[in-house]
Amino acid sequence: MLDELSKMPIARRRRLGSRWGLGAVLLALTAWLFWTVVTSPNLDWAVIGSYLFSEPILSGVGVTLLLTVLTLLFGLLLGMLLALMRQSDNPVLSAAYAGYVWFFRGTPLLVQLVFWFNLALLFPRIGIGIPGTSLGWYGEANTLITPFVAALFGLALHEAAYMAEIIRGGFLAIPRGQVDAALMIGMTPGQASRRIVVPQAIRVILPALGNQFILILKGTSMVSVIGGGDLLTRAQQIYGQNYQVIALLLVASLWYLALVSLASIGQHYLERGLR
Amino acid sequence: MKGAVSVRGLHKSYGSTPVLRGIDLDVSPGEVVCFLGPSGGGKSTLLRCIAHLETVDAGLVAVDGELVGYEPKDGRLFESSPKRLAMTRRKMGMVFQQFNLFAHLSALENVMLGPVTVLRRDRNEVARRARDLLGRVGLAAHADKRPAQLSGGQQQRVAIARALAMDPSVLLFDEPTSALDPELVGEVLGVMRDLAGQGMTMLVVTHEVGFAQEVGDTVVFLHGGVVEERGPAQQVLRSPSSERTAAFLARVL
Ligand SMILES: Nc1ncnc2c1ncn2[C@@H]1O[C@H](COP(=O)(O)OP(=O)(O)OP(=O)(O)O)[C@@H](O)[C@H]1O
Ligand SMILES: [Mg+2]
Repeated sequence: MLDELSKMPIARRRRLGSRWGLGAVLLALTAWLFWTVVTSPNLDWAVIGSYLFSEPILSGVGVTLLLTVLTLLFGLLLGMLLALMRQSDNPVLSAAYAGYVWFFRGTPLLVQLVFWFNLALLFPRIGIGIPGTSLGWYGEANTLITPFVAALFGLALHEAAYMAEIIRGGFLAIPRGQVDAALMIGMTPGQASRRIVVPQAIRVILPALGNQFILILKGTSMVSVIGGGDLLTRAQQIYGQNYQVIALLLVASLWYLALVSLASIGQHYLERGLR
Repeated sequence: MKGAVSVRGLHKSYGSTPVLRGIDLDVSPGEVVCFLGPSGGGKSTLLRCIAHLETVDAGLVAVDGELVGYEPKDGRLFESSPKRLAMTRRKMGMVFQQFNLFAHLSALENVMLGPVTVLRRDRNEVARRARDLLGRVGLAAHADKRPAQLSGGQQQRVAIARALAMDPSVLLFDEPTSALDPELVGEVLGVMRDLAGQGMTMLVVTHEVGFAQEVGDTVVFLHGGVVEERGPAQQVLRSPSSERTAAFLARVL
């Protein structure tokens, strides 16, 4: 039977529309949307152009970048420490880990930021010293906790909870046999961690780290509620005076888009280099 | 004495389940000992305890006359430092059922890592030796491939080369061919046969009775965490004295 049937031509199933047709419709829709926004009489492109590289906006970009990099750095370091606590045999340490992650993942970042900013209400004076003595160093909370410091604290402590889980996942992805093999070529447990486990775990968590970087970058905009001096804070300050709300939000968005694009490209090359 | 292994009174439990219940063993230099026995009999656990990858509940292991994991001092035994234990482990090489090649390194780098980072030998010297070793296991052409690019049999031969690179006194094999497709088993057993011929001391957990018969000097039959029977390979395999051994052999042959 097959011999006979195999001589027949095959009629392919028709896809919904043609691929090209669907693409053209989408393209036209996008172009129309874009055009109505761009040519809207309510949107002043001259304003956008004049603010895009203005001094306050650029300084806002600087603060956003600084906050992002510092948050990533401190979040990574603290997250690493937390992940190690989780791995330790000490039940107190792993309970502390669970408590930390529970609390800092369980409360909104916005709440944490406002909390740090208003820390003075709880502790008017902060510092370090030996309890019960006059030794040590103290200062007024109101002067020590600037909006930037509060922003960094809030972002980094929040981020650490996520980083800890990401790093823990990275370690879990490396099979126990890798450590066994390292020990059996005479490595100490420390060497096995540094030379075998960590390099492989980094490859595992890199995509998640890139994702976190982008989340942090955009998350820094939340510090505008405490006047953190970041990109969005600056944009808000300007439209508070000239009422060009949409134009300045677009200025900020263009910068966020540019920075996220750069980060994605960087991540792509980093991942390729490590492969 | 390079290649001598002694085990005395080894006990090991996981939780309340005893897995090893008093193992005594003596292996002389150049001897090939094959461990047979039913699943769960404690074969893997015994090898891991000899290598001190697991802490033991009681009992001692010595390789080349040196205690593994403990230091005798002032009439007491002190647990070795991680560094000291790592030094002792250099005397042993282990080949795992799942190969356990370092996934982020090439075959050559897998073989080189121990001599370079642990023994701190000269890199170029080590690279030349590593290529020799890969040649010996028939993989000269695959030196720069990652483990994921190699077949199971090739990976296991790289693993053997990696173990040999440390010049161990004794090699421990835990079912080295169990994860391999049948047609790849031969190439790994061939390498092991060569090693035995060159006088390497080998402790081999295997289900390959043919290999045990041909290459093994001694067969140890483990059952329920104790040595059920031990003796010259030919004798134990042809005319076992224990009923359990006989029943097991009847099942696998
Ligand atoms: N890490 C562990 N935790 C708890 N129990 C374990 C662990 N490793 C092994 N066991 C138990 O110890 C017993 C002996 O295991 P072992 O792996 O040594 O047997 P085996 O002789 O190598 O068996 P197989 O032929 O299946 O490899 C088994 O009952 C197993 O369930
Ligand atoms: Mg086993």
